[in-house]
Amino acid sequence: MTSVAIADLSLSFGPIEVLKSLNLEVEEGEFVVLLGPSGCGKSTLLNCIAGLLDVTAGQIFIDGENVTWEEPKDRGIGMVFQSYALYPQMSVEKNLSFGLRVAGLPKNEIKKRVDRAAEILQIEPLLKRKPGALSGGQRQRVAIGRALVRDVNVFLFDEPLSNLDAKLRTDLRVELKRLHQRLGNTMIYVTHDQIEALTLADRIAIMKDGLIQQLDSPTEIYNNPYNRFVAGFIGSPGMNFLHGTLTSEAGQWVFNSSGLRVPLSDYGFTNTPQEGQAVELGLRPEHIIVGDASAAQPVIMEVDTELVEPMGADTVLWTNVAGHALTIRTDSESIVKTGDKLNIGFNTSRASLFSENGERV
Amino acid sequence: MSNSQANLQAESTVATSRKRRHPLLRNMSAKIAAIPMILVTLVGFVGCSVWSIVYSFTSSKSLPREKFVGFDQYDRLFDSSRWQQSVENVAIYGVCSLVFSLGVGFLLAVAMDQKIRFENTFRTIFLYPFALSFIVTGLVWQWLLNGDFGLAQVIRDIGFSSFEFNILSDRDYSIYAVVIAGLWQGTGFVMALMLAGLRGIDQDIWKAARVDGIPAWRTYLFIVIPMMKPVFITTLVIIAAGIVKVFDLVVALTDGGPGVSSELPAKYVYDWMFGRGNLGQALAASTVMLSTVLIILIPWAYLEYSQKKDATHG
Amino acid sequence: MADTLAKRAISEPHGPKPKRIISTRNIILYGFLIVAALYWLLPLYVMIVTSLKGLPEIRMGNVFSPPMEVTFAPWVKAWDSACTGLYCEGLKVGFWNSVKILIPSVLISIVIASVNGYALSFWRFKGSEIFFTILLFGAFIPYQVMLYPLVIILRELHLFSSLGGVVLIHTIFGMPILTLLFRNYFASVPEELFKAARVDGAGFWRIFLQIMLPMSLPIFVVAIILQVTGIWNDFLFGIIYAGTHNFPMTVQLNNIVNSTQGVKEYNVNMAATLLTGLLPLIVYFVSGKLFVRGIAAGAVKG
Repeated sequence: MTSVAIADLSLSFGPIEVLKSLNLEVEEGEFVVLLGPSGCGKSTLLNCIAGLLDVTAGQIFIDGENVTWEEPKDRGIGMVFQSYALYPQMSVEKNLSFGLRVAGLPKNEIKKRVDRAAEILQIEPLLKRKPGALSGGQRQRVAIGRALVRDVNVFLFDEPLSNLDAKLRTDLRVELKRLHQRLGNTMIYVTHDQIEALTLADRIAIMKDGLIQQLDSPTEIYNNPYNRFVAGFIGSPGMNFLHGTLTSEAGQWVFNSSGLRVPLSDYGFTNTPQEGQAVELGLRPEHIIVGDASAAQPVIMEVDTELVEPMGADTVLWTNVAGHALTIRTDSESIVKTGDKLNIGFNTSRASLFSENGERV
Repeated sequence: MSNSQANLQAESTVATSRKRRHPLLRNMSAKIAAIPMILVTLVGFVGCSVWSIVYSFTSSKSLPREKFVGFDQYDRLFDSSRWQQSVENVAIYGVCSLVFSLGVGFLLAVAMDQKIRFENTFRTIFLYPFALSFIVTGLVWQWLLNGDFGLAQVIRDIGFSSFEFNILSDRDYSIYAVVIAGLWQGTGFVMALMLAGLRGIDQDIWKAARVDGIPAWRTYLFIVIPMMKPVFITTLVIIAAGIVKVFDLVVALTDGGPGVSSELPAKYVYDWMFGRGNLGQALAASTVMLSTVLIILIPWAYLEYSQKKDATHG
Repeated sequence: MADTLAKRAISEPHGPKPKRIISTRNIILYGFLIVAALYWLLPLYVMIVTSLKGLPEIRMGNVFSPPMEVTFAPWVKAWDSACTGLYCEGLKVGFWNSVKILIPSVLISIVIASVNGYALSFWRFKGSEIFFTILLFGAFIPYQVMLYPLVIILRELHLFSSLGGVVLIHTIFGMPILTLLFRNYFASVPEELFKAARVDGAGFWRIFLQIMLPMSLPIFVVAIILQVTGIWNDFLFGIIYAGTHNFPMTVQLNNIVNSTQGVKEYNVNMAATLLTGLLPLIVYFVSGKLFVRGIAAGAVKG
């Protein structure tokens, strides 16, 4: 059953098109992350779903109801903001119950909901305190609590962890995932942090310039990016891109670049390649095998190590092969030094090819 | 002497010559640059105020005289009906100013905050009187409130031919003419301050309230206004400090009249100091004015400084 | 997947929410604002209209009626031949006096206050904050406590009843707010800039003149607006310290209107009032947002 659906949604501010005819369907209980760089429209889309922004065209459905013209309070949503947006002069308890009191709910119902939310989020000892006396993590939990008491099916999160320091972010991220597992509500989450997206999402919608580039599970996005942008956005260090052309040799497709020849017999083409087509070959640093094991790979070559970055668990090597830069991630067991000549190998089945306009080949 | 010994001697000589200069000599340029401020503060503000307070205990007439008479001047002051009238007037003016300018100013600010069209035009209109001299304001309203030719005539022309409105010649209500003129001049300023305060409210709070289903008026009343407490207090202090100073306006509008019915403390001081030649009285009056302001100011300043850190580097 | 959605009736809500322009909310909102705006514009309208009428027309009509015959004679009289006490040479005398008072006062007070604000912000020394706090108090306390001693001081300096005297007074009383303005502005300049300059060997004056000054143009404009408005509109200091020959426009204006015996020439009075208010009004309309910034900065303490 579809929980949230968007049909041909567009939003323009005057002549500037911020969201371009978007379509999206979120299943019940699903955790969808809107991921993208600054200005891609992800927060704007979330605000449209919430009803805080008026759309220029299109429709929004929540739990089967057409809510395009509804006020946020009537859409069955709860929302958590980046800056927590807690009412500063009220205690935590009042913050949680204010909306319910305004709606005229009976006192015992309000108490029931507040207690339940406090128990789930472990903020019971904080109920009498004011937001100023809380830490960042506690404030965010209260903000989530404010959405919880609304007894709704859909939760919207607008970069809720961006204001927290790194350690707190990791802790709260795990808590959010546990919360989703416990509650099972539909959650739509906006972030620019790919780690949050990869770890939290059932599906990720990567956005750029007001368009959804790809909507898929994290694994699919990682392994089969639709286009150059998605491929380069996910993964750290980023995917290696090598410019070259495709030629057909004896019925086999081959990637050619100055000094480099990569047979593509293992590569799964999504579209039909053209002879002489200018393409970019994408290889993730972690998919390149280094050392003795590389000999077993279908494609092997020798590279010059220019820089070694030991990172504890892994080591990142900045290498050069025939004038092309190549980043490689390997485990820290192997000891590589600057200037070493390295044997590497990889399987093109894990690689990606992109045409000149960025589309996957 | 060996080489190393000579080196040590040389080093210690250099070390002594680089001894810290006397603390008073550090930052010399800064201190020289600050001399005007120090002079002004000490001689100007503190010195003059102290002089005035001291001489308020003398029987100075047209010129300062060193004959000390204790609290005589103050006795005379509080007995003076003219002074009593000016105190009463400044209280009326003060309360009316505060209530109306804060009230109307806030309402105007809320209206301006609603994402209206022509916001700049409206703001320009509400604020332009603040750019005018109090003399200009006083004279314009003197004309408008003229019983024969002013607004009263307009009302008569509409049809209420027996309408009388002679506030400027009315001993009981002349002070309210000053109130009207003062409010016209100053409310726009209060509105500008309130609007700045409103705009400083985090937009996410508005969003959260909207998602929670809280109507706009309740958001203003229970969330925004409590958040704006510091702005209200600051505005209040500024208005209050300005009320005691009102001088130009009353000189232009009514000159204290009719009689002394719209007299204000600042004018009382000026008249005795430069007009009627009773320095002692004038200084006693100004000392009373000073004390009143300090009573408001000191608690507020204490509050401000204990909360905020200094806005300087290092 | 989008097909199932497309099959839904197009008659269902889609696109932007229908907004009624003539809603109760809008009527109340704009009504309130327009009524308030009219009230505020009223005096200006009356000033202009009265100043363009002949005297007989004023007696016959009321303050709101536009002039049937537009005449600029009141303006000419106000400028050239209105009686300001003993002399009948019009406001032009006062205008030039005000200019002569304005320019040195603005320049000197801003120069001193900017250096002060800079010193307080970057070069704090023992006692500097205390002096500053006392200076700030000076902005609030009623001028009346300082009026007479200042007369004595100016007399000693042979500056009483002179241009120099009133310029000095304006400088003194302009210092609290202006120093606060500059101090707060410089406090918002990143300290790294200052430290880098010191590492480069620059001293107090060099840093001020070559680094701080060029980047603080906006705040200087705000300070100028504040001072021009305040000094031009001043009455108290002008009447006490400037001397009869140097009375600013405001003093002369009051004399024209309030001390004339005999027939009150309302149109000349209004023309004179407009002339006096013209300069700060022009500054106001031209500077727009900067004006608001100036008073907000002066008003928000700390």
